[in-house]
Amino acid sequence: MSGFLVRQPGLLSLLHDRGRYGAHKLGLTTGGPLDFVAFDWANRLLENDANATCLEIGFGGLQLEAQLDTRFVITGASAPCKLNGDTIDQWQSRDIHAGDQLEIGFASAGTRAYLGVSGGFNIEPSFGSSSTVLREKIGGLRGDRLQAGDHLPCAAAKQSQHYQLDEAQRPNYGDEARLRVVLGYQQAAFDPIQQWRFFNSEYRLTDRCDRMGFRLEGENVHSDMVSMLSEGICLGAIQIPADGQPIVLMNDRQTIGGYPKIGSVIALDCARLSQLSPGSRVRFEAISIEQAHNIHCLARARFLRTVPELC
Amino acid sequence: MKIEIAGQNAFIVYFGDQASATVSAQIQAAVNNIYNSMADCLVDLVPSYASLLVIFDLDRSEPFAIRRILRAALSDLDTVDASAGELVTLPVYYSLESGPDLEVIAERGNISIEDVIDIHQQQEYRVYAIGFAPGFAYLGEVDERIAAPRLATPRQKVPRGAVAIADRQTAVYPAVSPGGWNLIGLCPTRMFDPARNPSMPVKAGDRIRFDAITREQFLAQGGEL
Repeated sequence: MSGFLVRQPGLLSLLHDRGRYGAHKLGLTTGGPLDFVAFDWANRLLENDANATCLEIGFGGLQLEAQLDTRFVITGASAPCKLNGDTIDQWQSRDIHAGDQLEIGFASAGTRAYLGVSGGFNIEPSFGSSSTVLREKIGGLRGDRLQAGDHLPCAAAKQSQHYQLDEAQRPNYGDEARLRVVLGYQQAAFDPIQQWRFFNSEYRLTDRCDRMGFRLEGENVHSDMVSMLSEGICLGAIQIPADGQPIVLMNDRQTIGGYPKIGSVIALDCARLSQLSPGSRVRFEAISIEQAHNIHCLARARFLRTVPELC
Repeated sequence: MKIEIAGQNAFIVYFGDQASATVSAQIQAAVNNIYNSMADCLVDLVPSYASLLVIFDLDRSEPFAIRRILRAALSDLDTVDASAGELVTLPVYYSLESGPDLEVIAERGNISIEDVIDIHQQQEYRVYAIGFAPGFAYLGEVDERIAAPRLATPRQKVPRGAVAIADRQTAVYPAVSPGGWNLIGLCPTRMFDPARNPSMPVKAGDRIRFDAITREQFLAQGGEL
């Protein structure tokens, strides 16, 4: 199958579908796009299946050569994008022809851009998913990040309608976020004073933020837990080890762990968090599981009701 | 049994304060009940020592309904047979060549190396959890006489198939990796093979026995030294 040739792989370019589910029993993590909102828009603007494989471009620096005619779109982090040297807009599908050079420079706002192609990249699933998890060496191509000379297979597509997301609807990643948290797990082991500190302090992203977890620094928070048995960890779980500094566990987290957790950041805000750079500021806000459900449904309804514009 | 919130689309069920054969059998029974009753609302499950994380699909259900389904699925677990669980035997080539920490464990327990090997084989273990890395199964609990703390300095490279002890747990390394457990032998059985279905010979809740094999048997069964 024809597709795209990788000229420059970029810093951390990873193939992903929506993630690997049902494989926790083997110790396999979820993976999937850190910013599923931008990922979903990439597929939507191309009229793809919602689980079609896209490329998550971490920080940028990617150069590809098309070997066929198809359509593509770039969403997520703002980065200078060029098609045969000409600057092009993101969040807008367009044609690409065999021999064309596509370049995605380094992100200026946000950290992860998503490249979608018509029909998605054609990657053999491992354990039901194409998502690349480096730690497990599973998914994508060889379980690895893109390398120069790699070939990204996809099908040719007829040139047809193009869509864009209205500018007012595009996210503005910035350098701060409010992270909504559903209290849970060992929250009772954090006394009211500790919880007050946690929810009333500002934390900064350290430079130790990756697809496994985002380490934050700020006010120390302590629990009464002396030791605990390892247990299952869900997306967004906020682990607070003995040093009192929170870690928000992300898509590539280990499936079990034995540190106390105060609760979990909702998925939408994990996506927001993933677009922030070291030094960015975040605050946590406690919400109920019912509020979290409402927020999920509202976001879902807005996504489905926002009609992409023809362009 | 206690159902707690874990996250926006996850509950965690606690079955007790510590792992045991009874708790392990109850968790396994709960896993089966939940598979049946949650059907396509279920996203994933993580059984561990004394807990079960249940992740559900917010587009297909909602927390209140899931909590109700969970209560029903957990209602009749008191009568679960603690000896339930499939028995899997794993062959092990125990020797100083394949288990460089046998001596240290023997010294620590003031017993002979042969005793360490015998004691490790004498009992049945439970798969309490699978995690840390694909296919890494935590088995418990080893006899106190051969329990040993993790190495002060982890090894850069532990071979695939290494049979190891840390505190009162034992495990077989599914792949070459860094590791701080005490190595006592090598197992020729692949603990994780993505090309195979099932890709693991064991699952959470299974009962495991170790069975000593010779160097020749180890090599004949595909083991590598």
